[in-house]
Amino acid sequence: MSYIGNTPEDQQEMLRAIGVESFEELLEMIPKRLRVDGLLDIPEPVSEIEMKALARTLSQRNRSTADTVSFLGGGVFDHYIPTIVDFLISRSEFYTAYTPYQPEVSQGTLQAMYEYQSMVCALTGMDVANASLYDGGSGLGEAALMAVRITNKDSVIISETVNPVYRDIVRTYCTSQGISVQVLPMQDGVTDEQALLDILSENTGGVILQSPNYFGNLEPLSKYSGLIRDLAPDALFIVSTNPISMGILKSPSEADADVVVAEGQGLGNHLSFGGPYLGVYALKEKYVRKMPGRLVGATVDRENERGFVLVMKTREQDIRRERATSNICTNQGLNALAATVYMSSLGKQGIRQVANLCTRKAYYLAKNLSALDQISLVYAQPFFNEFVLDLPVPAHEAVRHMLTENIFAGIALSDKYEGQENRLLVAVTEKRTKVELDHYVQSMEKLVEATVSYST
Amino acid sequence: MHFPDDLKYTEEHEWAKYDESQGIITIGITGFAQSELGDIVFLELPDIGSEAQAGEPLGTIEAVKTVADLYSPVTGTVSDVNEALDDAPELINDDPYGKGWILKIEVSDPQELEGLLSAEKYKTLTE
Repeated sequence: MSYIGNTPEDQQEMLRAIGVESFEELLEMIPKRLRVDGLLDIPEPVSEIEMKALARTLSQRNRSTADTVSFLGGGVFDHYIPTIVDFLISRSEFYTAYTPYQPEVSQGTLQAMYEYQSMVCALTGMDVANASLYDGGSGLGEAALMAVRITNKDSVIISETVNPVYRDIVRTYCTSQGISVQVLPMQDGVTDEQALLDILSENTGGVILQSPNYFGNLEPLSKYSGLIRDLAPDALFIVSTNPISMGILKSPSEADADVVVAEGQGLGNHLSFGGPYLGVYALKEKYVRKMPGRLVGATVDRENERGFVLVMKTREQDIRRERATSNICTNQGLNALAATVYMSSLGKQGIRQVANLCTRKAYYLAKNLSALDQISLVYAQPFFNEFVLDLPVPAHEAVRHMLTENIFAGIALSDKYEGQENRLLVAVTEKRTKVELDHYVQSMEKLVEATVSYST
Repeated sequence: MHFPDDLKYTEEHEWAKYDESQGIITIGITGFAQSELGDIVFLELPDIGSEAQAGEPLGTIEAVKTVADLYSPVTGTVSDVNEALDDAPELINDDPYGKGWILKIEVSDPQELEGLLSAEKYKTLTE
């Protein structure tokens, strides 16, 4: 960003223009005790060389997946990103995070979005996908609002097995608009069927489930879909999922989902300390006019040449103002592009292989860990690439210990779920080698042995 | 531009035709409105049986470049919608006062109709 000088003469002129004597006068309403007296207590200026050395020292205090072996999941995963992804998205023709304001002159950008949408439809089995939303969580919030828009009801149901962060976002989106959010309890690591039967009613606007769910377990989507259709015929069935899992699992569309939402980070996007990511959002065609976000369509120009346009833009804020379909009139352009390059470089077969490797390695690790004394798998459910361990020590303690072995061991569930002090959520991706998996088991074994000998 | 004398009009560029014996009013948009909107591509209409409030939006009319609200000129109950528009919204462009009618409302209070405009008065709004 360019720097615009502000000389004492400039300052005087501005003060005169607004009719005050001094800059101090503008600050009068801030109590003296809250204001800094004198200069800020910061070190003297340093040279560029010194600054770089300082920045490097500070950044080296961070631990990242570049130097620590990660078993972290919970919605974002350490998948391998082929070099071609960053190479293509950083080309100057593409390299902007922003969605174009005069889109039709940016045919390349529109074509990439169109390809993205087509690939998401192929992956999810849904009719239509938008050009992406902010992330998986806000995508679910938008889906809840869409369900209410379509059904004219004022309540949505969300399972306790949906990512707790996403649940918080859905609650934030809904409560501010007077929509009630009812939480379905779980049983044995999946949504409780009886609770679902009890809670469904004709007033239900939408039901949100997640599979693979937050604990990695697969939900019986087809069975629950049938119950929803029977007991809440108007309700939209919204499924949150992991896009990579669709390389090996049935897609939610086969369970008749109306909307499929996913965190798209796993498709070629770096972890980047929490974002930016992208929200994958796909639905049945009959709901397309109530869909949040942008949609690119293919057409022909007056010379009969193929071209791309933004369609249904007329329902967005720039035209409809406060009556717009949603407050989204952008997309995660660069992240969606990364997902597009990722999907096209792997292809259908490649995504299937990645999914397959994730699952097989996760089962290998789970089997070897549960064979250890005092460690067990909490749930006897089929899972994709994540599972929950019950440890003989608090999970936070295990996480600290494993860091000394250069391992991010997983997520301690006690932060989000009560009574789960000793439970650890472990994720495995295709990147983990047999050596790394065995090292995890050995490190855990050492921790358990140390704990046992200490307590006896 | 032609505005049939036997119809009543609103400032929202809609026309209304009242059938006194049935107590039902038929609503559409004027020739002026359809020419301003351009090619109409989709309509979002209320269900039969839903309540209409005078001056409140009932649905939307989507053209290529914009989306307009359809306002109810009277209070009452929606008694019919033109299903032909589902597949052929262009009927509104081709025949706004005939085959392009949009919906019918069973009127609660016929007094409200007195607030509607004559063809002559409406014409001045379009000039």
